[in-house]
Amino acid sequence: MSSQPRTTARTPGSMSRAAGRVRRAVMFVVALVLVALAWEGYKAVGPEAGGDVLGAGILPRTNDRVMPHVWTMISRLTDPVQRGRDETVLRVVLEAVWYSFRVALVGFTIGVLVGMALAIVMLRFKVLERAILPYLVISQTVPLIALAPLVAGWGGNLQWGSFVWPKWMSVAVLGAFLAFFPVALGTLRGLKAPSAASLELMDSLAAPWRRTLWKLRFPSAVPYIVPALKLAASLSVIGVVVSEISIGLRGGIGRLIIDYANQATGDPAKVFTSILGAAILGLAMAGLVAIIDSILMRNRPKGAAA
Amino acid sequence: MSAVEISQVNKIFSTGKQQAVEALVGIDLSIEPGEFVSLIGPSGCGKSTLLRLVANLLEPTSGSVLVNGKPAKQARLDQDYGMAFQQSGLFEWRTVARNIELPLELKGWDKSKRQARAKEMLELVKLGDFATHMPWQLSGGMQQRVAIARALAAHPPLLLMDEPFGALDEMTREHMQAELLSICAKTGTTVVFVTHSIPEAVYLSNRVVVMSPRPGRITDIIDVGLGSHRDEDTREDTSFFKCITAVREALRGIEVTDIVRGIEDR
Amino acid sequence: MNRSPAAIAKAVAPPVVFGALFFGGWQLAVNVFDIKPYFLVRPTEILDKFTGNWDNVWKAMRVSGGNALVGLVCGAALGVAMSFVLLRFRVLDEIVTPLSIALNAVPIFVLVAVFNNMFSITSEVPRRLMVTLVVYFVVLVNVARGLRQVDATHVELMRSYAASDWELLRKVRVPNAVPFFFTALKIAAPGAVITAFVSEYFGGSQNGLGNKITSNMSTSKKAEGLAYVVGACLLGLAFYAISIIMESVATPRGAGERAGERA
Repeated sequence: MSSQPRTTARTPGSMSRAAGRVRRAVMFVVALVLVALAWEGYKAVGPEAGGDVLGAGILPRTNDRVMPHVWTMISRLTDPVQRGRDETVLRVVLEAVWYSFRVALVGFTIGVLVGMALAIVMLRFKVLERAILPYLVISQTVPLIALAPLVAGWGGNLQWGSFVWPKWMSVAVLGAFLAFFPVALGTLRGLKAPSAASLELMDSLAAPWRRTLWKLRFPSAVPYIVPALKLAASLSVIGVVVSEISIGLRGGIGRLIIDYANQATGDPAKVFTSILGAAILGLAMAGLVAIIDSILMRNRPKGAAA
Repeated sequence: MSAVEISQVNKIFSTGKQQAVEALVGIDLSIEPGEFVSLIGPSGCGKSTLLRLVANLLEPTSGSVLVNGKPAKQARLDQDYGMAFQQSGLFEWRTVARNIELPLELKGWDKSKRQARAKEMLELVKLGDFATHMPWQLSGGMQQRVAIARALAAHPPLLLMDEPFGALDEMTREHMQAELLSICAKTGTTVVFVTHSIPEAVYLSNRVVVMSPRPGRITDIIDVGLGSHRDEDTREDTSFFKCITAVREALRGIEVTDIVRGIEDR
Repeated sequence: MNRSPAAIAKAVAPPVVFGALFFGGWQLAVNVFDIKPYFLVRPTEILDKFTGNWDNVWKAMRVSGGNALVGLVCGAALGVAMSFVLLRFRVLDEIVTPLSIALNAVPIFVLVAVFNNMFSITSEVPRRLMVTLVVYFVVLVNVARGLRQVDATHVELMRSYAASDWELLRKVRVPNAVPFFFTALKIAAPGAVITAFVSEYFGGSQNGLGNKITSNMSTSKKAEGLAYVVGACLLGLAFYAISIIMESVATPRGAGERAGERA
């Protein structure tokens, strides 16, 4: 009675997919080259000592001390970090990035775990959801990072028995604090996402609340959790970099940027290398989340992320 | 012992205010094991509500619902029935086979038994090659077949279906009706089937329960005397058309305005 | 939405109660456990310093808020303008969009360190420039998407009327993009405050909220510092509130459903 069932399986040509990736990579490089050209272009035509447009001092200075040439910046990477020391700038920057990356990772992980836990609690107890949700939403609009100097004061001062609160932990806590809110919000939204029919199905199968949570709600929540994780990753990087500056944490990329910026009069290109380091930090965290994304979202229909 | 015994059931949705809705009033219905019974009626007649009372997804305000000789709640806890909805409700993150295994996981079956049963069900719905596919790779009709396979995975004696073919095109629909009958013939499952379509109700059922709204109640129960063997030719039979007419007449007994709102007459 | 007094009370009561418990508990904890100021300060003290020091707090809010506002307006204007350019020249779109998405992950506010050197030491321009940049990317990505992601049916309809690209732009693309713009605004407005704020950590003029908080906290004037934190939060809320008001004025009936995406 039933002949060959028709399939609507989607198998996009792998050739065109690879071609698309190459094209995107090329375009990205083109973008960077254009930015470099714009930089050099402004250097060539802009006023040396800065200038005014309609009376407002909005034109930046273009002398070599403030706006080094692009190639100077690049070459500075491979030069020794200062006279007399062997390490290259690149090495110092990467070490700082690695340090901050680990702190950001700790912060991110704590923020994600606590955020998800709160979402589960809010799901279970509607009263708590009504009480807390407005604060979660508002938290996205206020500069929570303002608390960085407060948390900075904990470093070296808090003590329980022989355990002294290390400075880097304040930085991680701030990263966690910033990451926590979007994860709680996204997870809660996702956990409430399953259709009424799916929930009825689980009811009809006499599944208790906890099993419905793990077998239905969490998998349904993944398309909502992933964008929240991306946001949380970038926020934890911001939290870590800013609080490193605020706390003055040695070894981190934030502190390095400030140090190099202060040395900019004598060594203008160095600060750009540290900024590159911050970019690498951000991209590394984003890359990590992208990996988590591809693992969580495999086997899902394309474009399913909320 | 009847498969489903509904006695003097009333269901009132009240929000504590004056807008109490009498969804169902004075429902008496007895369904024998192996029977295929359809519930048909215009919007608001309570057929979906009645189905959910049998499923124990709702509790009656008064009266009793017995499934397999037990109270409906016990039947649900014992997983004595399988359910299929208009949206196939497959989990998009699980393969087809894993979707079918869901009721078995919840019953605590071990892995090898689950996989064997899922394979068996896939063969039954003629989707044996699609075990490792993802639901979104299948057409609507195929997804519904998987949903039916899932509903029957634990070999329940009762199958409850809420307009499962409503979202399918006409040809796929007729095809699925034939498939469903052949599956039920093999498994001997009792079926309670909610639908908007008169031909569908007549083609599938032993009896058609006609319902009407405000308040929701059973107006008529029509015996479909087409025998147990039905195929494509049945659709051309004069007795088939006579039954359809009988059902239509019973529905006409209900106010015309309600009909306009809810019945397919093809 | 149910607007009966009972329903409103039911919605408002839990957060209010929670807030009261939170602050009450905080106050109590500091008192009972004799918590030192370097760790936590009583809410009442913070309120005290806030109202008492209001003039200074307000001045700092004006500086940071001014930077945020200038950057917000410039960034939004540039973002919208650029999105039209990207629509016209698809090639540019392929170049700019991946860059914008990559920059989303990078803490670009660290560029303020460089900007500070480019301008005079007392200038607020580095911070304004930074906010402009951040807002620009958010607005650009969202509005460009809004201009591009129009219903295929609408485009076919306009083509069947032999409408020009310009008319398509005016009658279909732009109205479609409006909710996307406001989605961007609701993210960019508080983002502008945060960026203006964070930029102050990198040196330069010392009149903003960030500067005041840092200087107060480091001299263990914690309560004063936290009063400025309150000011910063109020500023963020104010910007967000204004963007919501602007949205409701421009789009009278909930049209923003599709546009609920983050840059």
